[in-house]
Amino acid sequence: MTLSLAEVEHIATLARLELSPEEKELFRAQLSSILDYAARLRELDTSQVSPTFSVLPPRSVLRQDVPHPGLSLADLLHNAPQAEDRQFRIPPVFE
Amino acid sequence: MMDIIDLSLPQLTLSLRRGELSSREVVRAYLDQIERLEPQLHAFITPTPELALAQADQADQQLNEWRKAPHGDLPRLCGIPLVVKDVLCAAGVRCTCGSRILENFVPPYSATAVERLLEDGAPLLGKTNTDEFAMGSSTENSAFGTTRNPWSLERVPGGSSGGSAAAVAARMAPAALGTDTGGSVRQPASYCGVVGLKPTYGRVSRYGLVAFGSSLDTVGVFGRTVAEVALVYQRIAGYDPKDSTCVNLPVKPIELDQTPESALKGLRIGIPDEYFHTGVPGSGIQPEVETSIRQAIAQIESLGATVEIIHLKHTPYALPVYYLIAPAEASANLARYDGVRYGARAETASSMWEVFYKTRGEKFGAEVKRRIMLGTYALSAGYYEAYYGQAQKVRTLIKEEFEHAFQSVDVIAAPTTPTTAFRIGEHVDDPLSMYLEDIFTLPANLAGIPAVTFPVGFDHQGLPIGMQLMGAHFQEERLLQVAHAYQLVADWHLHQPTLSKPR
Repeated sequence: MTLSLAEVEHIATLARLELSPEEKELFRAQLSSILDYAARLRELDTSQVSPTFSVLPPRSVLRQDVPHPGLSLADLLHNAPQAEDRQFRIPPVFE
Repeated sequence: MMDIIDLSLPQLTLSLRRGELSSREVVRAYLDQIERLEPQLHAFITPTPELALAQADQADQQLNEWRKAPHGDLPRLCGIPLVVKDVLCAAGVRCTCGSRILENFVPPYSATAVERLLEDGAPLLGKTNTDEFAMGSSTENSAFGTTRNPWSLERVPGGSSGGSAAAVAARMAPAALGTDTGGSVRQPASYCGVVGLKPTYGRVSRYGLVAFGSSLDTVGVFGRTVAEVALVYQRIAGYDPKDSTCVNLPVKPIELDQTPESALKGLRIGIPDEYFHTGVPGSGIQPEVETSIRQAIAQIESLGATVEIIHLKHTPYALPVYYLIAPAEASANLARYDGVRYGARAETASSMWEVFYKTRGEKFGAEVKRRIMLGTYALSAGYYEAYYGQAQKVRTLIKEEFEHAFQSVDVIAAPTTPTTAFRIGEHVDDPLSMYLEDIFTLPANLAGIPAVTFPVGFDHQGLPIGMQLMGAHFQEERLLQVAHAYQLVADWHLHQPTLSKPR
C-alpha cells in the first residue's frame, strides 16, 4: 500500500510535527513499506480473540487520600524554556 | 594482584568491607578506564566523575562506620560504582534520552531503580548513550553520536542500550542499568558479549523511566556474569507504589547453586523451531550463531536437562505487532514534548502552534519522527481497528502461545539475535532491515515474560554470540539459575575485548 502525500501531511498535523518536503517524501516511502509489512497481520483470524492492552491483569491502583509534598515551584520551572512570574511563558495562541 | 576493574561485585564488596580498598580507589580505577577508552567508544552521554567521587567519599564514610561496629546491614553495593542508561532519571543529573529535545533537561527526581542503587551508596559514573528515546537497535539514533562495539570499533554495540552494554564489556563499569522494550538490553548484551536481563513486565518500577512504550518498557541489568546481574536485579526489583503497573510480589533473594546439576537436572528446555527457521526474508540466522546456540544447549542437556522442540507459530508476526503497538504507544508518550514546560523550544517559534510544530520537527531525530508518524497513523480514525486493534489481538495470540508452551517446558532457549554485531551504517537507510535485528527479542516484550541473555561463543571474526532463555512471568530466579549453571561449565563470559585490557 502507498500513502499519499496528503495522508502523510495529515498524520504530521495530528502528530504536531513540522516536516520538510524531503522528510515528507522519505517518510511516505518508508511508512508505506512498514505498513505494507504490518498488513500481513490481516492473514490471521482474530475474530475470537480479545486484545491485550496490558500483560498484567487489569486493576485500579488507588492510594489513601492523604496529601504529600510534591515538587517545588523551583523544580517545576527549572527546565522551562521560558518562565515568568511563577508561570510557563509561550508565544501567543492567536495573532 | 588483580586490577581493581577486574574484580567481581562480590570481590569488591568483600574488599571494601575489609578496608582493603576504598570506594574512592574503586571509582578512580573505573574513571581511569573511562578516560582511557571513552574517546574510542563514546559509551557516555554525560560522564559524572566529580559526582561519583563525592558519592564514593560518602560511601567510604559509611564503610568506615560499619567497620567500627559491623552490626547493621550494609548494602552489598555500597561503594561500588555503576552506570545508568540515559533514559532513567537521576536527580540533578542531565537526562537527555539521546535527544536534542531534552538536551539540557535536568530531572528533579530519580527513577526508583536508580534511587535504590544510590541509596545503597553506589556511586554513579555517568549516563550512558542510547538510541533516541530508546528507539533503535544500534545506538546510531542517538543525537549525541554513536557508541562503538568494544570488540570491533567499526561495529555497533547494539541498541538501544548500547552505551551501557559497551561500558560493561569494556570494563568501564562492573554493571549497568538499561531498558528493554523490544530487546534493548538483550540485543546489545548479545552483541557485546555480556549478560543482560530483561525482567518480567511490572517487576521493576518504571517510575522515573522516560516512557516509550508503556505496556512494553522494562528496566533491565547488564553485568559480566549472571551472578552479578542477579545481585543488582534483586536490589531494583520489587513493589513501588509510585508505579501503578509495578506488581506487589515479594522479591526472594536469588539462590544460585555451586554445582550446575542442581539447576539443570530434570529441567525441561523448549527450543522454538520458528527461531531457527523464521520464514521471514532478511532474518536468516547466521550459521555460526546457530552452531554456538546448539552447542550450548547440548552442553546444558549433558548436565541433566531434557530438550524438546516446541512450536511458537505466531513468532513471525511479532515484528509487525511490535512495530504497530510500540510506535502507537510512543506517539502518545512523546506528545508531552511540546516545548512548553521542559525541554528545548524552537528558537524561531513565534506562535503557540509553531512552538509545537517547529520544536518537535526540529528537535526530534528521524527514527523518532518515523515512529511517531507510524503510531499516529495506526491509532487514527478509520485505521485503528485494522492496525492497532489487530496488533493487540495478535499480541494476545503470542502471549497465549508462550503460556501454553510453559505448561510443558520450564524454559525456552533461543538465539538472542540472528547475527553478530553489524557494521555502523549498515542498516541506516532501511528501517525495516534494522527492525529485523530484534526479531528474536520482541516476543518476550509482547508477552511480558522475563529473559536473560549470556555469551555462548564467538564467530570467526571474534564477535560475541548470545543465547537467551525465556521463562514464564516472574520466573527470573529460574532463568538466572540455569544461566548461572551454564557459566559454571563454560567460560565465554571470561573473555574480554582486547582494548579493555591493561596497556
